[in-house]
This record gives sequence, C-alpha cells and structure tokens, in this order.
Amino acid sequence: MSILQPEEKAPARVAEAVLLLVALALGMGGMWMVGYSLEDGLPEGFWTYSIVLAALAFTMHIVLRLRAPYADQVILPAVVLLNSVSMAMILRQDLDGINGANASRHLMWTALGIVVAAVALFVIRDHRSLRRLTYTAMVVGIVLVVLPLIPGLGREINGARIWIYVGSFSLQPAEFAKIAFAVFFAGYLVANRDTLALAGKKFLGLQLPRLRDLGPILIVWAVSLAVLIGEKDLGTSLLFFGLFVGMLYLATDRVGWIVIGLAMFAGGAVVAWSIFSHVQLRVNIWLDALNPELMGGPSFQLVQGLFAMSYGGMFGAGWGGGYPEYVPFAFSDFIYAALGEELGLTGLLAILLVYLVIVQRGLRHAVGVRDGFGKLLAGGLAFVMALQLFVVVGGITRLIPLTGLTLPFMAQGGSSLLANWIVIALMLRISDAARRPSALPTRGALAEPVPAAVSNSGAIEVGGPGVGPVQAGTEAGAGRNTTPDDATQIVRGVDL
Amino acid sequence: MNATLRRLSTVVMVMFLALMVSTTWIQFVSAGSLNENPRNVRGTYSALSRDRGPIVVKGGEAIATSVPVEDNYKYQRTYSDGDAGAAAVYAPLTGYYSVVGTISGMERYANSYLAGEDDSLWLDRLQNLITGEEAQGSSVELTIDPKVQKAAWDALGDYTGAAVAMDPKTGAILAMVSKPSYDPNPLASHDSEAARVAAEKVINDKPRVNSVGGEERFSPYGPTINRTINATFPPGSTFKLLTSAAAIEYDGKTPDTEIPAPNTYTLPGTSTDVANFGGIPCAASQQMTLLEALEISCNTAFLNLADEVGKDGMQRMFQDFGFTDSIEVPMTTSVGAYPGLIGGENDDDSDARIALSGIGQGSVRMTPLQVAMISAAIANDGDLMEPYLIQSVRDSDLELVSQTKPSRYKSPFSSSTADALTKMMEAVVSNGSGKGAQIPGVAVAGKTGTAQDEPRSPSLWFTSFAPADDPQVAVAVVLENEGQSTNETTGGALASPIAKQIMQAAISK
Repeated sequence: MSILQPEEKAPARVAEAVLLLVALALGMGGMWMVGYSLEDGLPEGFWTYSIVLAALAFTMHIVLRLRAPYADQVILPAVVLLNSVSMAMILRQDLDGINGANASRHLMWTALGIVVAAVALFVIRDHRSLRRLTYTAMVVGIVLVVLPLIPGLGREINGARIWIYVGSFSLQPAEFAKIAFAVFFAGYLVANRDTLALAGKKFLGLQLPRLRDLGPILIVWAVSLAVLIGEKDLGTSLLFFGLFVGMLYLATDRVGWIVIGLAMFAGGAVVAWSIFSHVQLRVNIWLDALNPELMGGPSFQLVQGLFAMSYGGMFGAGWGGGYPEYVPFAFSDFIYAALGEELGLTGLLAILLVYLVIVQRGLRHAVGVRDGFGKLLAGGLAFVMALQLFVVVGGITRLIPLTGLTLPFMAQGGSSLLANWIVIALMLRISDAARRPSALPTRGALAEPVPAAVSNSGAIEVGGPGVGPVQAGTEAGAGRNTTPDDATQIVRGVDL
Repeated sequence: MNATLRRLSTVVMVMFLALMVSTTWIQFVSAGSLNENPRNVRGTYSALSRDRGPIVVKGGEAIATSVPVEDNYKYQRTYSDGDAGAAAVYAPLTGYYSVVGTISGMERYANSYLAGEDDSLWLDRLQNLITGEEAQGSSVELTIDPKVQKAAWDALGDYTGAAVAMDPKTGAILAMVSKPSYDPNPLASHDSEAARVAAEKVINDKPRVNSVGGEERFSPYGPTINRTINATFPPGSTFKLLTSAAAIEYDGKTPDTEIPAPNTYTLPGTSTDVANFGGIPCAASQQMTLLEALEISCNTAFLNLADEVGKDGMQRMFQDFGFTDSIEVPMTTSVGAYPGLIGGENDDDSDARIALSGIGQGSVRMTPLQVAMISAAIANDGDLMEPYLIQSVRDSDLELVSQTKPSRYKSPFSSSTADALTKMMEAVVSNGSGKGAQIPGVAVAGKTGTAQDEPRSPSLWFTSFAPADDPQVAVAVVLENEGQSTNETTGGALASPIAKQIMQAAISK
C-alpha cells in the first residue's frame, strides 16, 4: 500500500483530535455532574464509560487518518459530542432506575456503531463502488421496510409496527432502509436525471414530468403509504418520501417534482386521516395537546415532554435536576425533552446547532465531491438526517404531529445508533473524496477537455483493484455532458 | 446539482430555524403557562422538594420538620416526629403541607420563611447561588408554650371546642387548641392519592354536636378548621364585658352604679319578652349595681344597659376592639359579626337587636381569640396588644432573621375603665358565676358565658386573666354546643375549670 502517496502528506487531523477531546470532556462532565447530583460521587461505571467512549472516538480518529485522511474534521467530534452527551443522559436515567434506560446497552450499541463505521470506512474505499449496488439497495430497502409486517417477526409497540425481533434483540429496519434507499435513489437518479428533468410538458410554469417517468416515484409513494398504513408509522413514511422528493429535486432541479410529491403525500395523508382513527387521534393530539380530556391519556407523553421542557426553561434544571421519570420514553423517543429539562433552552439550541453543523458539512461535501452519484448520496444522507431531526423534534415541540422516530446519536436504541453511524461513515468517506487535493481545477472552473484524465486512472489504487476503473467506466457510460460542471467532474474524480 | 444542493441547504436552514423557534416557544415564551398548568407535577415538586425549615415552640421542641427521603420530593414533612397524638395537639398551628396542593396553617402563612424565600433572606439566597448549595428554609419559632398548650389540650378533654391563651402584655399567643383535631402526618403523605383521601376524611369529618331538640346536628367546622381564629360563635354573656366597657367608658357608669334589672325585659319595638337564665329574678328590687349584674350575669340588666348605651356606642366599642378587622397572626383570623357592622342576620340593627347584643346574643358572633382579646385589653390597662404567633425566625445557620416586637393593636378604653372591669371580673370569680376558675393564692378575673345557638345546644364560654394585679395570661375557652340549658352545664360549670387549668399552667412557669 505504499502507493497511497497522497496520504504521506495527508493532514494529521490535529483539529479533529482537539475537538474530540472537547466533545469527550463535555460528555464526561455531564456524567460527572450526574453522579454528584444523584449520588454524591462519581457515578458507577464513570471510568468505564469515559474510557470506552474515548477509546472508540480515537480509534475512529486513527482509522480516518489511515483511510480517509482528508475527511471532514468536524463531523466526527460533533457526532461524538452528541453521543457522549446522550450517554450522560441515559446514565442519569439509568441511575434513577427508570425502566428501560440502560446505559451499558447504550454504550454497547455506540461501540458497535463506531466499529461498524470504522469497518465501513475500511471496506468502502470509494463511495462510487456503492453505485453498483443501486438495485440491490432498492431490494434491500423494500425488504427492510416490509420486514416488520411479517407475522411473527414484526411486533407492534405503542401502536406502531416498526420493530422486528430476532432473539432478544429488537431492530428498527427502517433506520437501515433509509441508507439503502439513499443509495438506490442516488444510483437511480444519477442515471435517469436527464429524462426526469427534461422530458415533459410545461403546465402553469411548472415543468411536469412525463407520465412514464412517474413510475419510480409512484413506487416510492406506494412504499411510503404501505409504511403509513401497514406499520402506522407516519414518521418513517414521511422520512422516505421526503428523502426521495428531496433527492429528486437535487438531481433534476425541477420544482414540479416537489409540488407533485408534496401533493401526493398530502393526498395520501388526508386519505389516511379520513380513514384511520389512529391518524385522526395523532392530529387531535397535535392540535389540542393541552385539552384535559386528552392529557390524561393520548397526549400524556407529549404534554409531559412539554412540561419537562418548560420546567427546564432558559438554562435548565441542571444534570440530574429534572424529572425524566414522568416523561414516557425519556431515554429514547423523548430524550430531546429530557435534555431540554436538564440543559435548558441553551442546551437544546447548542445541540440543534451541532446537528446543523453535521448536516451542513454533509451538504457542503456534496457540493465539493465531483461525481454525481456522490453528490446525490451525500446530499441525500445529509438531508435525511435533517428530515429525521425535523420529524422528531418537530413532533416533540408540536410543530408537526408526533411520530415515533428517534433522535440520531442521542436516543437509546441500537438500530438508530448503528444506522446513523453508518451514515456518518459514508459522509466521512464522501468528504474525503471531496477534499482530497486535485491537480485539476475543481468546481466553478470551466472544464476543458482532459483526454489524459482517464488514462491516469491507473494511479488510483485507493479504491481497491478494479473498483476505480469500473466506476469510471460506468460514469463515462452515463455519458452526460449536458452540464459541463458535473460531467467533467465525474471524470476528474477518478483522476487524483 | 450544486445549485440545488445550495438551495437544499437553505431549506435545511429553514427547517432548523423552525425547530429552534418551536423549542424557544416552549421553553421560553410559553414556559410560564406550562409550568403553571395544574396537571404539571413539576411545579409542585420543585416547590415542595425543599428542605423546609422546622417549626419550633418555646423551648426549642420542633413540631414540624423536614426529613430527607428517597423520592421526588426529597423531604418528607413530618409533624411531632410522626407521633399522631402529639401532632394533633399542634395541628391548628402547624397546619399541613400537602403534596396535592393544599397547604394550611403556619406552613402556609409562614411559607416564605419556611421555604427560605422571604425577601429578608436575600443574603442567604445570594450565598446559595454562589456556593451552589441547595436553599434551606428558615426555622420559625412560635410563641406557643408547650406546657400551656398541653394543659389546654388535656383540659378540653373530649369536648368539641377551642381554647386560646395569650400574654396580655405582649399579645404573644401561648396556647391555641382546637378540638376535634387531626393528625397532619397522613395529609403530608407523598402518596398523593393517600394524601387526598386523608385530607378529604378530616375535612369532611364534621363533629356531631348537641341540639336543643335532640336531633342530629353537626358543627359547620371540621377538624382542619382552627376554631380559635376561624370559627365564630355567639359570645353569650362574655360579651357583657364589652357592654360594660361601653357603659363605663361612654356613659360614665361605675361598678357601683345602680342599674335596672327587671324580671323580664321586653325588647324595644317588639313584644318579645326575655327572661333571665332559668327564669330566676336577678334582684327582688329589680335594681342592682353594675358589678352585681355582671357577677351573677343578669341578662335583663345588660339587655337594658345595651339599649341605654345605644347602637352607636355598642358598634363603636366593637369596632374599637378591632373585631371587624382580620388579623394576621400570621394566619388570617375571621372577623366578628355585630348588628349593623359585618354580617348579622340581614344586618338588622334595630334597637331590639342592639339590646340582644348586650348579652352576646342575636346576631353577634366572635372567635375565641376575639373573646380572649377582651380579657387581654382589660388586663393590660385598656391597651390591646396585637396577637402574634411567630416569636422569631432564624435562618439555616441559626442566625436571627427577624423577631416580633410586641405592638399595640387597639386602645378600646381608658385604664380607669380597665380597672373597673377588672374589679367586676374578679367579683365574678370570687363570688359569682365563675367560681370554678378560682386558683388558690392567685386573684383571677373572669367572665362566664352560656350562649344560645338554637337549634343547637348552647355554647359554653369562659374568658379570664390572671393574676388580676399583674396579668400574665388571658384566656378564652369555648365548648361548642356542649350545654344542656341546666345549671350543671353552663360556662361557669364546665368552661371555667378548663380556663383555670390553662391559667395555672401559664402562671406556674
């Protein structure tokens, strides 16, 4: 592997290491204060949690130095910050004996998530290799979505059938399905974006797509509706559909698609609302949460979350100062409210900003990366995270009806942690590609024909034997030269 | 695609902005109303989970303490260390600190001290803010003397009624007993359902009282009502002290002035005849001195006397005592009722009503504390001191935060009037209806009362102070509807021995 020339001069990622220390210190500080608030001493397992978290974070740091040296240096510390703060919150609830809160399990899944992310960085040496898996990803995605509906495997919890049980482990396949769908959409759209974008008539100033191109969006719409109806999970349904519409817009720049998508989703939602009582109830809870008749039962959780947050006020009750035991699922679905109670508005705004940094860095690297597939994938993954956050936090803060999605990296729950760490691995991988120095002018520069580019492709051993050239071939096969910007970058992306 | 990515990035910005606004809306804009939502237990917890200061009586015995516990409230409010019997003795004072929202008694009216929130504690709060220590409440020391309190409790026995003792020179309340009482401990339970049930039980447990016709009657006051300050009764003959005071102060009467004492008295403007107790004539000559009239509690004499003093004089004296005003001891006391002033039946202030008021009947109603205040004013040369319960407040470091300085509340009459009344009251105890209150070697001044309260049985009264020459304690005792209209069940027979025991306990310290 001595051919990895760029890495010899690669950045030492000092900024990342320093930021990681800050992130870990915040998490450790949280655990420390939790202990002193609840037990007048260091909480049990403080050093275990701290050392394991630190070891994992720095393992990831070293993996990045070896395998993706140009990758974004802010994303990993930001995620570690969220993850270790949630560690403190779950430890705090665990110490309080709150049924379900399990700090060691949270740590275990965090460890698994980081290890899987590290492995993913090792295995996926070039994000473009995922493009070959476009249709595999589609099948995997659909299978994952359908899994909970299989009798015996899926189980309905709290009115939503989004879980599958394998032995004593429960999984939320939708969390993984969103990655599969992002890969599929990216691969599909990068190949078909021209047809989707350019064909079709104009109507009222909107470029409407051709009827036959509507096929895929109809399929995704159907899948979303199946989720909504079969699994009673508005959040996941919104997530998939929003992801697809967002990526469709990214690929085609056609507002018409968004209008059609939103109209279809709204139509589906209205129909579901008029047919299903549980959807009606959700809407009633949303609009009229403080109605005493609802507060005792249906809107109890939401209202308790509101009470928790209002009690936290501007600066919070401090670590250990709140009453998470009164908010059902304060360690998973409602961890946002529990954090708001103890860290206050200040803490929540800080957490939202950290998420915003991750998402915006993701989008930034989508701009920076040179191949269309990478752009779509990075943009899609960043957007799906933003969307998930919007659905979760929006639900808790009564911006939209409450649904059962989890707060990425913070909520206790294996699937969510694992899936989101994989998302981060992909984001880091793409950012590495985006920031890797290139001999050629990058975005914004007018392209000149570079016939020599492809012939140089032999130099890239980074992607592993064979991967690079194959990818280059497919990109070339797509043969799009419509936008000089993108098309040439795809070719150049191969050229390091 | 970069253009759309940038636009998407703007959309993401807007989404996050929406989340920040909605979060701010909950945690800042509407936080106040959410915190006050009756269903929000957090407000209760944060208010209730404090290390409240103890309530202590004279000598340092704590009658209410906060004990650390392992639950959301962190501290369990405990009365008399959980001893139900001892806690009931002090329940009218402490009140109870319930987690279901009701707080009463000292817990309520001295809450700012007990919770450590009073403005006078700002320095402690500043210290806590800097050191990060949890706020601790201040201890509230009462004027209650446990010896006197215990004596009053024991002396009242199983009667329904109340007894209050105060130092006439300062206004400090030495004893405050209300029966039936209750154990505040179960009401302070952290099991909100259990606390609710316990509270409902004692609040609705109205004691049965005697009635003239023998039918079932219940007191309007449950065990949680502090009968000494929040229950009013017709004062009966104890009110003759006030009638006498008005006659002496305004009409120049003396204890030796001869006044009419007819066998029956026809209420002015009516044909209603009122006789004396038991229908017995007061004097063969139908004339007697004011002192003699009070000594045997002659009704017709005082009906006539009140009519003579007139509406203006009687009302003025009632107001000059401050009986139409509420006092904060710190618990808010109930106001009394007098014809034409506050309350009364349709506020009828006809001459007949005024005449009837002369013997504390008709629509006159007073609290036991107010009756004790009549004695206290007489004992203290006409200067009525403001009654109070809080002796001092000390912060958690036992530093004195505040101390009550005795203050004059009212001066209803001159000291010469006070001297005359003292002489008359002494005669009541030494020769008249109040012999039951005699204490060997101590001059006692007192007045009995047997107040009709139809259809209920009469309420029995005794108010007094001792020693007459150097008053240390003024007392009022009421036995609610415990009379049977016989000579064996008058205020003199049943209430005066109780007052005696209370006074003895107060003097013998």
